[in-house]
Amino acid sequence: MATPVMEAIDQTQSPPQGPPRPNVIYAWLTTVDHKKIGLMYIAYALVFLLVGGVEAVLMRIQLAIPNNHFVSPQVFNQLFTMHGTTMVFFVGMPILFGFGNYLVPLMIGARDMAFPRLNAFSFWISAFAGLLLYFSYFGASGLYAAGSAPDVGWFAYAPLTAKVFSPGHSTDYWTLAVFLSGVGSIGTALNIVTTILCMRCKGMKMSRMPLLPWLYLVMASLVFVAVSPLTAAQIMLTLDRYIGSHFFDTQAGGSAVLWMHFFWIFGHPEVYVLVLPAFAFVNEIVPVFSRKAMFGYPAMVAASVSIGFISLSVWAHHMFTVGLGPVGNTFFVFATMVISVPTGIKIFNWLATIWGGKVIFATPMMFCVGFLFQFLIAGLTGIMLSAAPFDWQLGNSYFVVAHFHYVLVGSILFAIFGAFYYWYPKVTGRMMSETLGKWHFWLFIIGFHLTFDFMHVPGLLGMPRRIYTYEAGRGWESWNLIVSIGAIFQAAGILVFCYNMVRSYYRGKEAGHDPWDAWTLEWSTPSPPPAYNFAIEPTVNSRRPLWDLKHPEDPDSDYE
Amino acid sequence: MLVLSVTFAIFLIVGGLLLYALIRYRHRPTDSEHEPAQIYGSNQIELSWTVIPILIVVMLFLSTTRVILRTEAIPKPDNTMDVTVIGHQFWWEYRYPKLGIVTANELHIPISDKASPKPTYLTMSSTDVSHSFWVPRLAGKMDVIPNRVNTMWMDPTEPGLYLGQCAQYCGTQHAKMLLRVYAQSPEDFEAWVKQQQKPAQHEFPGNPAATEGQTVFMHNACINCHTVSGSAATGRFGPDLSHLASRDTFASGAVKNTPENLRKWIDNPDSMKPGSLMPPMHLNEHDLNVITAYLTELH
Repeated sequence: MATPVMEAIDQTQSPPQGPPRPNVIYAWLTTVDHKKIGLMYIAYALVFLLVGGVEAVLMRIQLAIPNNHFVSPQVFNQLFTMHGTTMVFFVGMPILFGFGNYLVPLMIGARDMAFPRLNAFSFWISAFAGLLLYFSYFGASGLYAAGSAPDVGWFAYAPLTAKVFSPGHSTDYWTLAVFLSGVGSIGTALNIVTTILCMRCKGMKMSRMPLLPWLYLVMASLVFVAVSPLTAAQIMLTLDRYIGSHFFDTQAGGSAVLWMHFFWIFGHPEVYVLVLPAFAFVNEIVPVFSRKAMFGYPAMVAASVSIGFISLSVWAHHMFTVGLGPVGNTFFVFATMVISVPTGIKIFNWLATIWGGKVIFATPMMFCVGFLFQFLIAGLTGIMLSAAPFDWQLGNSYFVVAHFHYVLVGSILFAIFGAFYYWYPKVTGRMMSETLGKWHFWLFIIGFHLTFDFMHVPGLLGMPRRIYTYEAGRGWESWNLIVSIGAIFQAAGILVFCYNMVRSYYRGKEAGHDPWDAWTLEWSTPSPPPAYNFAIEPTVNSRRPLWDLKHPEDPDSDYE
Repeated sequence: MLVLSVTFAIFLIVGGLLLYALIRYRHRPTDSEHEPAQIYGSNQIELSWTVIPILIVVMLFLSTTRVILRTEAIPKPDNTMDVTVIGHQFWWEYRYPKLGIVTANELHIPISDKASPKPTYLTMSSTDVSHSFWVPRLAGKMDVIPNRVNTMWMDPTEPGLYLGQCAQYCGTQHAKMLLRVYAQSPEDFEAWVKQQQKPAQHEFPGNPAATEGQTVFMHNACINCHTVSGSAATGRFGPDLSHLASRDTFASGAVKNTPENLRKWIDNPDSMKPGSLMPPMHLNEHDLNVITAYLTELH
């Protein structure tokens, strides 16, 4: 496809010549290139995804049969604490920041992020935080009979984290790791917001920006509001533990509920911090593989922004069993139910985008289809859980665990896998294997449904979360066994995925500039894009600049 | 129920449309080379799928609010059975202030009937970390939070044993902080109350082992944490043992109350409930035997 923009790029491209070999590591360590930092974010998140996945598998082995002695209660409590903390702070956030770092400048026609050195700083401090958390396995000795890794749960409810209930240093490792990761997240969020607001190419008004940068703008803004209180709370907790302040120290008049508010004013917007980028990927992939423009672009933007705002006022639906009283509960029921309206608008718009298209079921699209169905179900169990009386029964049960894994795995992780298959050719210049991709998809979706569909049931039968074992005879055994079997399929799927990534890097088909015949600016650059991204700053006239180039007879700019 | 049927209906409709669209509009090899018609949106359609969900949300919200107000905002009647629930790592303490009873781990309550309702009101707090009281078949859960007093009520009509467990992660043995609620007919409950109100037994004629066990118990660290009413043992850290033998289980419902289990427990609690806060007492065989004999006599 010889377009003026691309020809210009081809002529200016010098033959590939990396730095001399011994300097490769040095170059990665010192880089401020948004693409390299993005890739390091993603690579580091993938490593932690494997670690967190192994922790999940160990837990499922323990719970597969009643009264199992595979791991001790102490080890089990560490496993779910580390699994949750790892997956949220060291997989979810960095992998999405990684994609954002890589894609946002390319999609808005910029040459880098607004603050390249802040970008490198944010990445390295987040990476350090992850290593610090896991160093607790070696460094946090001295705990009474309780191993060494943090074991207070990923939301670390006070006062279990007080010095008297969590002696030793494992909780300090958790606190510091979350604190540092928070600093890194705030830095990157600042960078993303500034980049999107200030560095768009000529002609790209906000109303012409692709949806992915829009959603990253909302996500990064949420990070400011959500992560800051959590980061502050970590400092307060450390003061409680070491210099005798009493924020959360109930034995000296502190408040356990205060910590819950601090945590969930972070915790619920955090769900949207994670899911908005997943929406962003789906927004890019579904139109391209349906061969249609996104249906209702302004509605999608409005829905995303309103999700951002409403998500700040729903946090206490995590606290329906705290005894907030009827007025507080009613308010948070309403706010939580209202957020389903903009979320519904998104689902309807995706549906309308597919409607009347020519849907190509390549691997990225398959993962997005999985996303659509699973997100629909997750949203509906979410509506159930927004009704406070439901939570009086099901809060903190396996029903809730199943619900939020439907969001985190069934929706967010599926969208992330779709994004991997979609942008891998841009990053490496080679296609991922479609055959292996289909294997990955089917193994993973079978495993996912075995695990998380059936996980709802023991919750309905009264099984609370975070128990390391259970007695036979309460009707939970067979469900737990099925759930554990599903984990095996998911693990197999992930292995296929890893193999596919490595194999395709060396043997994949050459991708060229634009293997999916897509419409946004990143596909006008060579694959992989050069360090400067665009030789000439692009000029756009519509939301789909490459559509305009490919269809000069019928450009988008006529309709917007 | 309304919430359930509405969400299920939405799932069927939207999921069905999605499935239909994916099959109907899949790319076929026979398709022409042209891109499909580009449709950019429609304000009327957007408006319709904004307004309809808003109406559904309002309906669900109103019905939910009605349930919340019915459960949380009704005044407490006078004829209630009041129980104070105190959460401990990892067991439950129950106090009946009107009846002067203190017990642990097995909650006895009367059943109610329409003619003479006798709802049970629980006033709850915790001495250490947060717990949550959850007996699924009797009522919803309510968190048991230190430095805060929560209340809840339940009103069973069927006698029986109702199982539940702590629903807020509270430390190493969260999993074995089980709940047992015995809902009893008024007569059975009355009998249980009479028995619990008796002072603990201190004379064991014809059972020298129990008598000796009592002496050993009273001269060991046991009394720092446990209470036996009318004796030197007034500890509050562990469960009240005045009527230990009247319970079916101990260790918060985790272990059946038999002399063998009790002996094993006193020897080393960690072997049955690792992470339990009761330390092994390092007693010799003889002392173990007589203390077990003593405790099994505390009916």
